[in-house]
Amino acid sequence: MTKTGAKKILEIKNLQQHFGSPSNPIKAVDGISFDVYEGETLGLVGESGCGKSTTGRSIIRLYDITGGEIVFDGENVHGKKSKNELKKFNRQMQMIFQDPYASLNPRMTAGEIIGEAFDIHGLYKDKKERRAKIQELLEAVGLNKEHANRYAHEFSGGQRQRIGIARALSLDPKFIIADEPISALDVSIQAQVVNLLKQLQKERGLTYLFIAHDLSMVKYISDRIAVMYRGKIMEIGKADDIYNHPVHPYTKSLLSAIPLPDPMSEKRRQRIQYKHTEVDESATYHEVGDQHYVYGTADLVKTWVANR
Amino acid sequence: MSKTILEVKDLRINFKTYAGLVHAVRGVNFDLKEGETLAIVGESGSGKSVTSNALMKLIPQPPGIYESGQILFNGRDLVPLTDKEMSKVRGNEIAMIFQDPMTSLNPTMKVGRQITEVILQHKKVSKDEAKKRAIELLTQVGIPFPEKRYNQYPHEFSGGMRQRVVIAIALAADPKLLIADEPTTALDVTIQAQILELMKEIQKNSQTSIIFITHDLGVVANIADRVAVMYAGQIVEYGTVNDIFYNPKHPYTWGLLGSMPDLDNDTDELLRTIPGSPPDLTNPPKGDAFAARNEYAMAIDYEQEPPMFQVSETHFAKTWLLHPDAPKIPLPDAVAKRIEGYLAKEAQEND
Repeated sequence: MTKTGAKKILEIKNLQQHFGSPSNPIKAVDGISFDVYEGETLGLVGESGCGKSTTGRSIIRLYDITGGEIVFDGENVHGKKSKNELKKFNRQMQMIFQDPYASLNPRMTAGEIIGEAFDIHGLYKDKKERRAKIQELLEAVGLNKEHANRYAHEFSGGQRQRIGIARALSLDPKFIIADEPISALDVSIQAQVVNLLKQLQKERGLTYLFIAHDLSMVKYISDRIAVMYRGKIMEIGKADDIYNHPVHPYTKSLLSAIPLPDPMSEKRRQRIQYKHTEVDESATYHEVGDQHYVYGTADLVKTWVANR
Repeated sequence: MSKTILEVKDLRINFKTYAGLVHAVRGVNFDLKEGETLAIVGESGSGKSVTSNALMKLIPQPPGIYESGQILFNGRDLVPLTDKEMSKVRGNEIAMIFQDPMTSLNPTMKVGRQITEVILQHKKVSKDEAKKRAIELLTQVGIPFPEKRYNQYPHEFSGGMRQRVVIAIALAADPKLLIADEPTTALDVTIQAQILELMKEIQKNSQTSIIFITHDLGVVANIADRVAVMYAGQIVEYGTVNDIFYNPKHPYTWGLLGSMPDLDNDTDELLRTIPGSPPDLTNPPKGDAFAARNEYAMAIDYEQEPPMFQVSETHFAKTWLLHPDAPKIPLPDAVAKRIEGYLAKEAQEND
């Protein structure tokens, strides 16, 4: 799956992540491949349990992968690494978590949380310099320097998520994995956080892997979208193509379930039920359009394309 | 017109806390007809859940205080009822579906017994009849193999199936009013769509009235007949679903509609946001509670609370912008453009 011009920052090749006993494993991620290009946002969507969060966590080394290869900036992520190499990798890739209540240490101030990585990586040893950097990060996410001395419980949900974002930015990473960063927030606050993520991407040239189940928000923020189901990517393509010309029946079913703020069209809504067809060994990715790939057997994909 | 089954008049609820008295619900008025669905929308802390819990008298006292107001259910005021009298109403005439199906079921009890428990409590039937009815209910809410499922524990069910069990329990005593507090928020979109269809079907068959609490405007558009938008413990706009979505009058409603991305949204545009955060209700602001976050706020907004202005026979909004002397503010572009798009699509459909 290639795209001309842009540089690949992340390559996932046949990634497998199994849990449980090796004789009867739970295949949370069951052989997926995709690339992420520098400066883009790739949305990863699917129902709970489809393996989308596991994929994100495997990429950032929170799990030891069962099989496959993850290449970040030309280097194998899961290869044997010395402490220094690991630190270098961690500086490049960071994560924003779903629950802004659970992902901040309640006994640390916002400033300590954001600056914790500086101690680990031996950065900004000068106190003044450190304070200035923390202040800069707080301002970048729309908070101010007075907030540095407050504890997590003194912030609202949206503000906490901003601290989580400031922490992810503290080491100037290139790549950020955002695992459902807005699901726990109110609608009006969701919009604030999404706008902030977009603006930071523009200013800092960040690349995002945006994991979510809210499809309308994913459509809005992503350049490309991958649709996951039962540990496999069913369809991947440009956001507009996925929404306007879906090919895989699962994508169609998922799209037909999004409620829109338009009562008259909602009255007419026809939901498309999805019936999973088991595929045999020959199933693979088929190109159905520019940068648009669908998983299935040759025959199935042919019928789907005909019914498009 | 069908008959009114619920009327809430000037409901005010406070909570005593260490920080002071929190005015969570500040004078809420609405009514509900038989077979109708009213959606209450608002951000967290707007008082929507407190209002719905108050209808069931589920506010713990203390720290909660019913400061004033009436809850007239079929003409009878529920506020002065004792706990014992209320337990005849709860589950029987008014039932509730909660957000989290994980925590609203008893993990140590088979689901069948959780349903028959309600039936035996409220109906004079034998145990066998109750079991028969429970299996009927499980079938009705779309659970396959109901006889087998009857003898299973909640952990053996998926999230969507658990929420169906919760709905079956709520329906067990044929309630006239169903209060659903964010019943689909914890579910996936595909499961959410199934649950919404199920609730609509139940309503069609039994003329149950539904109060649906949510912050998802897409869900509101799908299920509601009428909508009440809540902010800082008050209803700020109230009307039919078409009034609210195609002719919104309150700047807060504009904000809510604008902050939701649309599938046709231009991705280069930033989303409209509502700046700031909701006010502290221990000390509600003077005047219009929304003034501090309202880009159209006028001097009077900081002085005097606006009354409910009537827009049409069905549509009301609490904003000074509707006063005859107020400047005429057009809908924000993003919202206006979207509504135009929807109406154009509708006109096309009808051709």
